[in-house]
Amino acid sequence: MKLPAALRLSPEWAPFVFLSPFVLLFAVFGVFPLAFSLYLAFQTWEPTSGLAAMEFVGLDNFAFALQDEWFWKSLKNTGWLAVASGVPQHLVAIPLACFIHSSFKGLRNAVVGAYFMPYITSTVAIAILFSSLFSTDFGLINVGLQALAQLPVIGGLFPANPVDWLNAPENIKPAISMIVFWRYVGFNVVLYLAALQTIPNDIYEAATMDGAGRLQQFFYITLPSLKPMIFFGVTLSLIGGLQLFEEPFILTGGRGGSDQSGMTTAIYLYRMAFDFNDFGAASAMSWLLFILVAILTWLTNRAFRPRGPSA
Amino acid sequence: MRDTADRFMRQRAWLGVALLLLLPAAQAQMTLTVAAFPAVDEIVKSALPAWKKLHPNVQVKVVSRQFSDHHTAMTTALSTSVYLPDVMALEVGYVGRFAQGGGLDDLSREPYNIRKFESRFVPYAFQQATNRKGAVVAVPTDIGPGTLLYRIDVLNKAGVSEADLTRSWDSYVATGAKIKLATGSYLMAHARDMKDIVIRTGIQPGEGLYFDKDSKVLVTSPRFVRAFELAREVRRQKLDARVGAWSNEWSEGFKRGTISTQMTGAWLAGHLNNWLAPDTKGLWRAAQLPENAFAAYGGTFFAIPRAAPAANKAMAWELIQLLTLSREMQLGAFRSQDAFPALIETFDDPFFDLPITFLGGQTARLGWRAAARRITAVSVHKQDAFADEVVNTELDKVLDRGKDIKQALADAQSLLERRAFR
Repeated sequence: MKLPAALRLSPEWAPFVFLSPFVLLFAVFGVFPLAFSLYLAFQTWEPTSGLAAMEFVGLDNFAFALQDEWFWKSLKNTGWLAVASGVPQHLVAIPLACFIHSSFKGLRNAVVGAYFMPYITSTVAIAILFSSLFSTDFGLINVGLQALAQLPVIGGLFPANPVDWLNAPENIKPAISMIVFWRYVGFNVVLYLAALQTIPNDIYEAATMDGAGRLQQFFYITLPSLKPMIFFGVTLSLIGGLQLFEEPFILTGGRGGSDQSGMTTAIYLYRMAFDFNDFGAASAMSWLLFILVAILTWLTNRAFRPRGPSA
Repeated sequence: MRDTADRFMRQRAWLGVALLLLLPAAQAQMTLTVAAFPAVDEIVKSALPAWKKLHPNVQVKVVSRQFSDHHTAMTTALSTSVYLPDVMALEVGYVGRFAQGGGLDDLSREPYNIRKFESRFVPYAFQQATNRKGAVVAVPTDIGPGTLLYRIDVLNKAGVSEADLTRSWDSYVATGAKIKLATGSYLMAHARDMKDIVIRTGIQPGEGLYFDKDSKVLVTSPRFVRAFELAREVRRQKLDARVGAWSNEWSEGFKRGTISTQMTGAWLAGHLNNWLAPDTKGLWRAAQLPENAFAAYGGTFFAIPRAAPAANKAMAWELIQLLTLSREMQLGAFRSQDAFPALIETFDDPFFDLPITFLGGQTARLGWRAAARRITAVSVHKQDAFADEVVNTELDKVLDRGKDIKQALADAQSLLERRAFR
């Protein structure tokens, strides 16, 4: 069956037609919100008065954001959480990937799958699960800690009284970091496993012939070969960490926790807009956050850039 | 030639079909959209038979969403001016927020002229719908007069009386200590509840809760100092269960009697009876708040969005009047949904004199009615939500980490001063 000429797609138009679904969706859900938030960042707006109520205020919103105590507080929280949840992810994922790579043959996919599970689990389910795990009186974590505290010798290292994980300001951040770490470590393991498979075995064989031990092989072959993937993984963790929203949002009931100690910048700017009705300042903050992410990503890029032609 | 005639005929035919479709719609049928949340949606639906009799040609469609979804949807609809309902139900907190902008019709103007009905509403509720510029942006339909619910069995066991609880705030706390000692029950769910109510007492005319009418920050004023001191005392003596409202521990505390009193809106008695703690029937009593404090907890309003279809506004106003100014409708909602009427002329109904079984046969509605008349409206500031957050944070620091109250309030003050004029 042949289509009539009128319905046939000419080769000049075909690429545009095939691209249009993505381009349209991206324009509506990607470009437009971006442009609108940039526009909003220079306006003051009482949203319930309608779109016509916007008023241009220049850089006022940025000035306000930079002088806002809570904005800085939220940045500090975000930084703390990004480091405390991001660094261990990689420090654990790299050795773990090497171990899985070298030690599991048949079961490998099952093991990787187990580590990857948290990454594809719904955040809400995770938050509900951890809310009950972290529960002060009945949570499994406190029960476990108390059992450990009963042990001889090492018992003294563990708290004897139940820890108020989600309400005491000093405990919220570690609790959130633990969840974020648990959630993304598997993702990084998969990244590093993929990279490990690309390292030719000959290099290891040659190193073994030369008498290099396993530790030496790890530090002089594996780690340098993983560098591009470490750069990729660290960049993703950095961006994800600085935009952290879901886990702390749900664990703290959307408020950021006692003394706002679980309030990341993303949560704060959400609250600025939707709870405190200040869309202008919220947009300005989101662009400041974007600038910070861009700078840090650039710095990471520089830190991982190959130095000299020999590398 | 034939061709032109043909086309003409075809056009005429299409025009005819279009007119046929349009005419009845224009003449007879009009559909009003009412956006509401539970249980206001039920109240509107139960008013529809009466509405049908008055306006058989005007359909009413009730769009119902969960409480927070509803208010998010209304905020979005107002900010974009699309999908606006003809009538919008709003909880009091959102009335205050929306009243700052110009998204809702000023009902004090033509053609509404709500001022002529002003004396028929509970004064504070009407005030709550009035913004600083004197515009009335909504009509009150139900109110939540504050009350002190307490467990009579726990009080009896501790050998204390209702008067001990309500004489003064200090006596309330002292009685709480006796209750704790004798029965082990907590006086209240959270020390924050104490602060929340004490900062609402003794507000001077022209003052809001956190800001006065010139946006001057008020959080270092005596009512805040006293509220913080009382809350600290409650915590120091371990009289609060440290649980938030609507949590599992909260309802469990009511079921087991480990929380002996709760300052709240009168409607909580209905919730306790229906689902929170039905087995405690007969064990609860209602009193006025301690030290003659009168405060409102919640309340529902109807508003007409400014950008709603103009052709529907007259009918939308008719519907709102039926819901809010008709004695039968107001009392019907009171009977079926515990929606305490905002319409004063319902106050002489015998329903108020009926004993409430859940409260051990007490005629509690009389007390709530008296309270409703004595509550004063507090003017709203657009930074109230933020101020609430800041003050609660400082209270946490005082309660949990022993921060000095003067310092805590001074810190809150300086943080709010930066926001006051945004």
